[in-house]
Amino acid sequence: MTDVLDRQQTETHFATVGTRPIRPDGVDKVTGRAAFGADFVMPGMIWGRILRSPYAHARILGIDTRKALALPGVKAVVTGADFPDLASEIIEGGEAASNSRDMAVNVIARDKALYEGHAVAAVAAISPAVAEAALELIEVSYEPLAHVIDVEAAMAPDAPLLHSHIFTEGLEERPKLPSNIARKHQFVRGDVDAALAAAEVRVEGRYTTKAVHQGYIEPHACVASMSEDGQGHVWCSSQGHFMVRSYCAKVLGVEISNIKVTPAEIGGGFGGKTTIYLEPIALALSRIADAPVKLVMTRDEVFRATGPTSGGVIEVKLGAKKDGTITAAEVELKFQAGAFPGSPVGTACMTALACYDIPNFRIVGWDVVTNSPKTAAYRAPGAPISAFGVECALDELAQKLGMDPVDLRDKNGARDGVKAAYGPTFQNIAFLDTLARIRQHPNYHVPLKANQGRGVAAGFWFNVGGESTGAVRVSDDGTLTVATGNPDIGGSRAGMAMMAAEVFGVPVDNVRVTVPDTQSIGYSMLTGGSRTTFAVGMAVVRASEKVVADLKKRAAGIWQVAEDQVAWKNGEAICLDPAKADAKPLTLKGLAAQSGRTGGPIQAEVSLNAQGAGPGFAVHSCDVEVDPETGHVTVLRYTAAQDVGRAIHPSYVEGQLQGGAAQGVGWALNEEYIFDAEGRMENAGFLDYRVPVASDLPMIDTVLIETAPNPRHPFGAKGVGEAPIVPPLAAVANAVSAAIGVRMTDLPLSPPKIRAALDAKKA
Amino acid sequence: MPHVLAMGGDVARFTGGASEFEVAALSVGAMIRELEQRWPGLGEYVERRMAIAIDGEIFQDADGAQFRHGSEVCLIPKIGGG
Repeated sequence: MTDVLDRQQTETHFATVGTRPIRPDGVDKVTGRAAFGADFVMPGMIWGRILRSPYAHARILGIDTRKALALPGVKAVVTGADFPDLASEIIEGGEAASNSRDMAVNVIARDKALYEGHAVAAVAAISPAVAEAALELIEVSYEPLAHVIDVEAAMAPDAPLLHSHIFTEGLEERPKLPSNIARKHQFVRGDVDAALAAAEVRVEGRYTTKAVHQGYIEPHACVASMSEDGQGHVWCSSQGHFMVRSYCAKVLGVEISNIKVTPAEIGGGFGGKTTIYLEPIALALSRIADAPVKLVMTRDEVFRATGPTSGGVIEVKLGAKKDGTITAAEVELKFQAGAFPGSPVGTACMTALACYDIPNFRIVGWDVVTNSPKTAAYRAPGAPISAFGVECALDELAQKLGMDPVDLRDKNGARDGVKAAYGPTFQNIAFLDTLARIRQHPNYHVPLKANQGRGVAAGFWFNVGGESTGAVRVSDDGTLTVATGNPDIGGSRAGMAMMAAEVFGVPVDNVRVTVPDTQSIGYSMLTGGSRTTFAVGMAVVRASEKVVADLKKRAAGIWQVAEDQVAWKNGEAICLDPAKADAKPLTLKGLAAQSGRTGGPIQAEVSLNAQGAGPGFAVHSCDVEVDPETGHVTVLRYTAAQDVGRAIHPSYVEGQLQGGAAQGVGWALNEEYIFDAEGRMENAGFLDYRVPVASDLPMIDTVLIETAPNPRHPFGAKGVGEAPIVPPLAAVANAVSAAIGVRMTDLPLSPPKIRAALDAKKA
Repeated sequence: MPHVLAMGGDVARFTGGASEFEVAALSVGAMIRELEQRWPGLGEYVERRMAIAIDGEIFQDADGAQFRHGSEVCLIPKIGGG
């Protein structure tokens, strides 16, 4: 660690880090060579399909599979009865802990279907058509039950109860009755009631958001094979093949060492592929059928059966002095968890006020189960929702105070030494610089016309480190292969190659990066939480340094000098011993060619648990124009600035900022789960669930703030993938509110809502 | 002695209401053992459910992480991500 810290602290100019090489996976992706989850084909493979509940809430009285099994071509049928009943147990494997029983029951229902789309049975057959026909022959006897999807309705004492074993955690006393409220979170500092009462200026508001999906283009897909001796192999697209391995082993009740997972190329995840759905079912079908089984979700299934993020209610009260000093904040958050506990309301609480230095606050969050798909992580889980409420309330406070919204945030903004609302004291942060760059940006000064408005909002994400492995191997010709245990979602192969190239002092084109299966590289936590460039990058850098040390040692042996008389620079070993003044530098290629005679293959693998990821702050400004006749919103200009530590590959970092902003704009303007009166999703497809397309957005301008490099990372990197989705909901809503002169508080801001607000304003 | 502050989570339920206290331990692992001894169940709870910020830096599952005398040790719920 000392070597790593020393270099970062003394070097600020790098040969490769900070440049923009062409992405190494680009050619395969644009030419169609890249193999995604659905592209895998195995000899003798058969096809699976899943039967899903048509009811939002129903008791399963019985499942008769005899007719399906009798259909020619059907090789296997499974139901919940084919999986072990697991005890409630917190298990590690992904990034956050999961409950093994909930995960298993979410994969395939047991006594109750808890949401429309919940898997109740599955078949495998010689063709997709036969499998589909077999589904029709499975007879499920349901007893429909009353359902509840609205979060506040689910919290009511007389709400339909999803689980009889949930007793609200986090209360001072254990409740006597079960309820849908799984947990209360609370963060308190100071005396918020007194501070609100004493405040010279107060604002309060109630804000609501709907469940939205991560919207990855590639649906969940896998091929799984389980042999007679109980050894399973899964090929699938996920954010972490080690996560898939451990979760499948748990759900199937087998040893981890009996499961091997080979990662496919991933077509988007955004947090939604940090859990399992199909993989254990495919393994169970394969075990019975004695053949590899392929399962691919349709888009309809992706919407109905995989995790969206929560819809929520956010109530905010702010108190301030007339000079703009915020003295008090009260925030209450109610989040849909879906069918099992575990909404991101905890992190929503922790991030809600993280951008600001507020002496008195109370933040309360409620995790509430509902008859909708179990929520899964979505970039900066929970943070965009709480930020929507807080940042809109701040906008209103700025208006009431007559202050520029950036100035208000600057006056109260977090800086080094400020104690974050979630506890720790900040260090090495650049929130104020990020605000300043938005204020200076030309977009912030473009005059606005009629029906146009400008909105500003800020956002925070912790970023995380975690267990990671990186390996570096030198080929005979001196080129390098880097291997990591993390699927490349946001450009990590490019980043890893660049960091290795920087250590070796070689061109980045000399480095290729691969992501091997779970038996061919050490354990790594999944790709998520904006951890990969930071944490896995540290492992790759350490492995590269070990290889360089080995190369220096070998060079010392060739020259017959002490090891400390060898330096490494620009891809060469240089002899420092004055007695060997005629020793010519030994290139990496030359040393590689002699590896057999100097000790054998040259390689190193490093596993570590990276800590001290360093938080990220984002500030966005958005200009919109509202058509008063149709209520349609056009985004005119959008600027995203972010404290990124130091950008390893600036184009990828800019892409993360742009992607987060684009997804946030969709969340703000169009995206929502719409359910009918029976709790069935009405818009389970991209025609009716409208994500932004290129023509909906302007070029998103980005500003990378590199004034606070992360001292824990060899090149100063901080995670960058989460923070950019935090501000857009509020930035867009604040802009729309300014454009129409009505505070808009209920997302999405679809044309009918804007028309209704304009009509109400006229009336 | 390191000063411990618990934010969020159920630490106060184990400590009889205290969310701030001093510990003699000078590492995460030693603190977990000390908490378990002082308030049975709390050490295991912290180990499984909490991340630990030491002087502003967040550590997760890092028994060997060291404190200084006077360190600010903040117990916060473990953090995932997308």
